[in-house]
Amino acid sequence: MTDTTSAEETVKEPSMITQKHMIAANYDRLTSAPESGTKVVSTYVPGNLNELIMCFDMVSNLPEINAINNAMRKKSGGYITEAEKQGHSEDVCTYVKADIGLMSKGAIAPNGKPIPPPDLLLLSYTGCFTFMKWFELLRDEFGCETVMLHIPYEGDGIVTEHMRDYVVKQLKDEVIPALERVSGVKFDIDRLREYLRKSAAAEDDLVWVLQSAKNKPSPIDAFFGGVFYIGPAFTAFRGTDEAIEYYVQLRAEVEDRLARGAGPITPEGEMGPEKYRLVVEGTPNWTSFREFWKMFYDEGAVVVASTYTKVGGMYDFGFRHDPDRPLESLADYCLGCYTNRNLVQRVEILENYLEEYEADGLLINSIKSCNSFSAGQLLMMREVETRTGKPAAFIETDLVDPRYFSASNVRNRMESYFQMIEQKRRGGGSATVAA
Amino acid sequence: MATDSTSQVIERCEQLFEDIDFAAARAWKEAEPGRKVIGYMPVYVPREIIHAGGMLALGVLGGGENIEVIHGDAYYQSYICRIPRSTIELAITKRLDFVDGMLFPSICDVIRNLSGMWKMMFPDVYTRYFDVPQNFRDDIGGTYYINELNELKTGLEEVSGRKIEDDALRRSIALYNENRRLVNDVYALRAKQPWKAPASEVYLVIRAGMVLDVEEHSQLIRDYLAAAEAEDRPPRDNCRILIQGSFCEQPPLNLIKSIELAGCYIVDDDYILGTRWLLEDVPVDGDPIANLAHAFLHQSTDCAAKYEPDGTRKGHFLVETVRRRGAEGVIFASPSFCDPALLDRPMLGRALSQENIPYISFKYAENSGQMQPIREQAGTFADSIKLWSAA
Ligand code: SF4
Ligand code: SF4
Repeated sequence: MTDTTSAEETVKEPSMITQKHMIAANYDRLTSAPESGTKVVSTYVPGNLNELIMCFDMVSNLPEINAINNAMRKKSGGYITEAEKQGHSEDVCTYVKADIGLMSKGAIAPNGKPIPPPDLLLLSYTGCFTFMKWFELLRDEFGCETVMLHIPYEGDGIVTEHMRDYVVKQLKDEVIPALERVSGVKFDIDRLREYLRKSAAAEDDLVWVLQSAKNKPSPIDAFFGGVFYIGPAFTAFRGTDEAIEYYVQLRAEVEDRLARGAGPITPEGEMGPEKYRLVVEGTPNWTSFREFWKMFYDEGAVVVASTYTKVGGMYDFGFRHDPDRPLESLADYCLGCYTNRNLVQRVEILENYLEEYEADGLLINSIKSCNSFSAGQLLMMREVETRTGKPAAFIETDLVDPRYFSASNVRNRMESYFQMIEQKRRGGGSATVAA
Repeated sequence: MATDSTSQVIERCEQLFEDIDFAAARAWKEAEPGRKVIGYMPVYVPREIIHAGGMLALGVLGGGENIEVIHGDAYYQSYICRIPRSTIELAITKRLDFVDGMLFPSICDVIRNLSGMWKMMFPDVYTRYFDVPQNFRDDIGGTYYINELNELKTGLEEVSGRKIEDDALRRSIALYNENRRLVNDVYALRAKQPWKAPASEVYLVIRAGMVLDVEEHSQLIRDYLAAAEAEDRPPRDNCRILIQGSFCEQPPLNLIKSIELAGCYIVDDDYILGTRWLLEDVPVDGDPIANLAHAFLHQSTDCAAKYEPDGTRKGHFLVETVRRRGAEGVIFASPSFCDPALLDRPMLGRALSQENIPYISFKYAENSGQMQPIREQAGTFADSIKLWSAA
């Protein structure tokens, strides 16, 4: 069952509509915080501590989600220019500038109401150095209480006991006391356990959905569709009944498509025959999201696995929030997010996806903003190509800065990439399509 | 014994600076069988531990302006700074083939990811991402950091094949304390009489410490200090400025010279910041690893790579340094695409504005060739400072 909304003629699955309502309700909760007395915490998506935040009855504001929302509504460009006018360098991450620009334009949420200033900045510093500076900038702006959770990087590709201890100790001695102080609510570990149990239930279904792409044809697109599927689990809903219900609904939809041998739902309806199966590394471009996606589905290309859908947790490699190890599992969650993995692991993950999902090749969407993702991707690409013998392509865009999406360049590159896959199928050699 | 003149000392430093084959470090290694060399990138690593293992700590600050990047560009997109690509170039062209280990400090995601690239490209080299705590409580960040230091020590012991004893570490700490004091002496001399110690000379003298053994470097600094004090150089009517944002990718030497030629005495900077990361002597008695950890947590400089836990103190260190050095303005000079430096800049700029300290900003790359715009910008800045102070 799908729904076509009139305005953009976008076909939406029922689960997407459910999610839309969930997000809208969360924005309403956020923007009504001053009246309801709910305390607001600003925090990032990767390594977010949603279950913990819920223990204090606080509402989350996620700046990346605001930036994405504004990019999809074509507003981020103006915000970025505004931040640059204020002296922020053209060279730095555009998420930061979109956020700063949004604030100086009154911080209006998609529901048309202002986003209240945070009562607490909870800096969970996972997998990206820029986060730390971004929060310092926000603190400069709001002057509110700030607490930092430093997540050590998996430089050697492992989580050691002392890394985990460091995170747990910060949770116990810094983060929880700050949340208690600001909210006035006392921490109850059993409440946390209950939320974590719910998270794990939703995570099981999320993984099932993501792994359904191993089927041929794949019933989902694990990048363009995937970014919606991860929404509740990566943001303010992990640990809630709503998230469990959302994933049950989503799973049922995917099961139905699978049973029918149908492909993913695109904005223009069910995708035609699956011609190419791709793995995508990197972040989506949000300003031309639909245009970019169309370049795939028009050619019958489906993304069967992506790394972006793992920035908020690598559930498909087995991680689950664990009520029996509440703080330790929150630590493991933060430590294990995709961009906190070293490049050796990232190459292994991609190689695994290409093999497990029987993909035709790897596409890297390299994002100008994001050093965390992008620095080293050219080597990763060559390494994956060598290991798998499958062709790879490299395109460059940006997250939320419309100035860095050149549709014609991207289209040309995609076209040659598809030709390359064809050639490979006919037994020809592989050559990289690069920027 | 006759003291060397500044030009003799500087000539040696220049040779070391220009030599992208690292002949001095190679010679050190070859002087005795079994010697090992550990490279490190900006910004800070505890060189004391490397030294205590009988190894040479080699600062790898990119390839600078003298290296032609041919292979490195195939590894990096155009929107990433130059230091990782020229460092890769150094390695691919076998200029780092004598290096037994490489440390990649926690400074930004580019150097962080380079650690993983190194692991893939040079699997025989001991490669470590050197993480540091962003929590500065002894019982939290301190405990974590002590573990990191011990892991690093164990890794280095494996490279050198010998145990790093506490006493050896204490001796190394003492040598680096001395070196740091000497570096600070050079900075103090320049702040007091900048005409006696031009910024380009100071830069070269400190930079020599990247490739020399610590004791040899300390002697070189002593020689320079003696020569600079003795030499009669006329003061100029320059204004006094501080450079901020150059802690990682280094500017071309010409850029430093251009700023001075434009009428600005550089009276402090954050070039080669690792040499001045710790602000005090590290105690030589007690547990040396715990002492290094304590110094890092409580007596280290401000830098964009470090979290400032107290929002009200953001920029204070810079303002205090401006005051202490008697600087009249700040030049934010950051590498293009340097997220840490460029994201920090608006916050530091605000702190300066609150204190009515003027500043200007520009970006550079280690191979920037065109100095004219920078000279003009710095010249105009110098003129305006003079006007303000005259008003
Ligand atoms: S640098 Fe990358 S991970 Fe960090 S905030 Fe920007 S887009 Fe996100
Ligand atoms: S110059 Fe800046 S962005 Fe580049 S490696 Fe150094 S700290 Fe990172």
